[in-house]
Amino acid sequence: MALLELTNLHVSVDGNEILKGIDLTVNPGEVHAIMGPNGSGKSTLASVLAGREEYEVTAGEIHYAGQDLLELDAEIRAREGLFLAFQYPVEIPGVSNTYFLRAALNAIRSHRGEEEIDAMDFLALVREKVKVVKLDESLLKRPVNEGFSGGEKKRNEIFHLAVLEPRLAILDETDSGLDIDALKIVADGVNSLRDPERSFVLITHYQRLLNYIVPDFVHVLIDGRIVRSGDRELALQLEDQGYEWLEVEPAQAASA
Amino acid sequence: MTQASTDTGAFASALDAVAGLPAPELLQDLRTRGRESFATLGLPNRRQEDWRFTGLKGIEGEVFASPAAVAPRIDVTPWRVSNARLLVFVDGIFAPDISEIGDLPDGVVVSNLVLGATSGSEAVAQHLGSLAPLEEHPFAALNSALIADGAFIHVPAGMELDRPIQLVFISGSGGRATLSAPRILIVAENGSRATVLEQHVGDSASLSCPVSEIVIGEGAVLNHLIVQEENLSAHHLAVREMKLAADSRYSAQSISLGGALARTDIGVVLDGERAEASLDGLYLGDGSQQANTHLTVRHASPNCNSHQLYKGILAGRAKAVFNGRIIVDQDAQKTDAKQSNRNLLLSDDAVVNSNPQLEIFADDVRCTHGSTVGQLDEEAVFYLRSRGIGHDEAIQLLTLAFAGEILERVPVIELRDRLERVVAARLAAIADPEGKK
Repeated sequence: MALLELTNLHVSVDGNEILKGIDLTVNPGEVHAIMGPNGSGKSTLASVLAGREEYEVTAGEIHYAGQDLLELDAEIRAREGLFLAFQYPVEIPGVSNTYFLRAALNAIRSHRGEEEIDAMDFLALVREKVKVVKLDESLLKRPVNEGFSGGEKKRNEIFHLAVLEPRLAILDETDSGLDIDALKIVADGVNSLRDPERSFVLITHYQRLLNYIVPDFVHVLIDGRIVRSGDRELALQLEDQGYEWLEVEPAQAASA
Repeated sequence: MTQASTDTGAFASALDAVAGLPAPELLQDLRTRGRESFATLGLPNRRQEDWRFTGLKGIEGEVFASPAAVAPRIDVTPWRVSNARLLVFVDGIFAPDISEIGDLPDGVVVSNLVLGATSGSEAVAQHLGSLAPLEEHPFAALNSALIADGAFIHVPAGMELDRPIQLVFISGSGGRATLSAPRILIVAENGSRATVLEQHVGDSASLSCPVSEIVIGEGAVLNHLIVQEENLSAHHLAVREMKLAADSRYSAQSISLGGALARTDIGVVLDGERAEASLDGLYLGDGSQQANTHLTVRHASPNCNSHQLYKGILAGRAKAVFNGRIIVDQDAQKTDAKQSNRNLLLSDDAVVNSNPQLEIFADDVRCTHGSTVGQLDEEAVFYLRSRGIGHDEAIQLLTLAFAGEILERVPVIELRDRLERVVAARLAAIADPEGKK
């Protein structure tokens, strides 16, 4: 059974239709890349999946692990194993990174009917996972993302991902603003978390990330629609030719 | 004048009852001066600029009970800080049976004021009534008129006290709506060092009007924590005045949680070069609580620093006032004064009046002030929720973090931990008033 299934999804923000009928199926273990130019609706898609309330689904359905995702509040989605790595991770003054992560992990465990994690076990877990993205341990005690560099914020997102072990991870432009070394670290981290039971949706503007995280499927999103799907070759073609040739096509099709 | 005498009327029985209590001459003199002044001033009203935002309806015309002459035994374990020297006052009356002062180093006085005055302490004679604005402030006058006893701390020159001194003022003992006038005199001589923890607690609709006078000598360091957790129907009107000599340092954390109305008027005079005052505060209001802070810092000498950070969390229909005034005298060059007031509104009906004021008469100074009033960052709430933390917990976590910036400055860990729990519990109650969870 598919882990995530979008059927004819239409989404509006403040009365403007951003997504205009998306169909997408993600099976367990698959990595999907969603590419598109600025303003194509990529981040809207990520936001709707994570449960941001200012987005209105005007038509269509989203099924996740056999449930109607749109019926679930953001925190329930997270507890059911859906994770969004933010394009702009938020600074939370006064809340330490570990405190936050432990509260999140315990909320997820409690939802599953498991006991809260013991302080020592949590520390051990955190020490292990922090290595996944080579994050400096000093950032664990600091307030969440406060004073972190851009690269540290993105790595911290992947660190959270590693600790929370979601079934579906959506990475919203995690590659933006990263230099090549940081990009490799993030990609290595994600690759180490690939698992037959875990799926990824990578949202990106650039093909570059996909050199390091090789997707099973690539979808091109333009003006709120998936105009083309393929494999990694499609991403390489986009790198060579840009998005323009795809943008023109639907118009030509319409006039034909 | 007729108006004023009517005002005194409601308090007449309490004033008469206190006048009948035996007291050392110093205290009796203060009572007389206080009573005369209060008869002239009367209770303030909203037509007075300083009292424009302070609603005194809850005490106007009310008749409050007088303190019991002998303080009853009350279990103080909920507030007890384990290694502190403890003085307990019930409705302003010293309760020796439940106090634990312990052996003191030579020359150090930690006692009740009556003992300080009768033992002929120079410090009491010199400083009691020297700083409190008895002639101008109605509640400083009322406190003085009602003075029965108080706390007296005298740290001699060069003495460093490592154990904190804890003053617990319990108002409204036995559920009675009492009128009490807690009084504090702290004299920290040159080069001394001490930590004072002052707590106001209570369980009835009482009226408490504490007055503190704090004299800090050259190079002395005084840490002062003030926690106000009176009953939610109580009225608490406090006046705190202090004077800092050269090279001294005073840091205060003022935590205001209780009271239907809690107002504190603070006056700080930086009276010697390089004196430093850090004045931080946190006020929390819910329901129809009012929390008012009127803070005046006067830089009277050059090269002094004053830093203020006051944070407020208001829910329900709570109202808060922050009046922060910084005065820089003409010869107080190289003054460095910072003032910041930040408020978090958790409901549409909560109101904050924040009025920072600078009055600068010197030309080579650095003064900054700012105030903010806002809601929680929606993006931060969503970020927490997207990681699995529930909506209400996310709001509590972020609000507690906002308060944490002040609470983490509380110097005694045991008390800091307790305050964090108390504030967390209050925030949980605000988030879930019916106790559904």
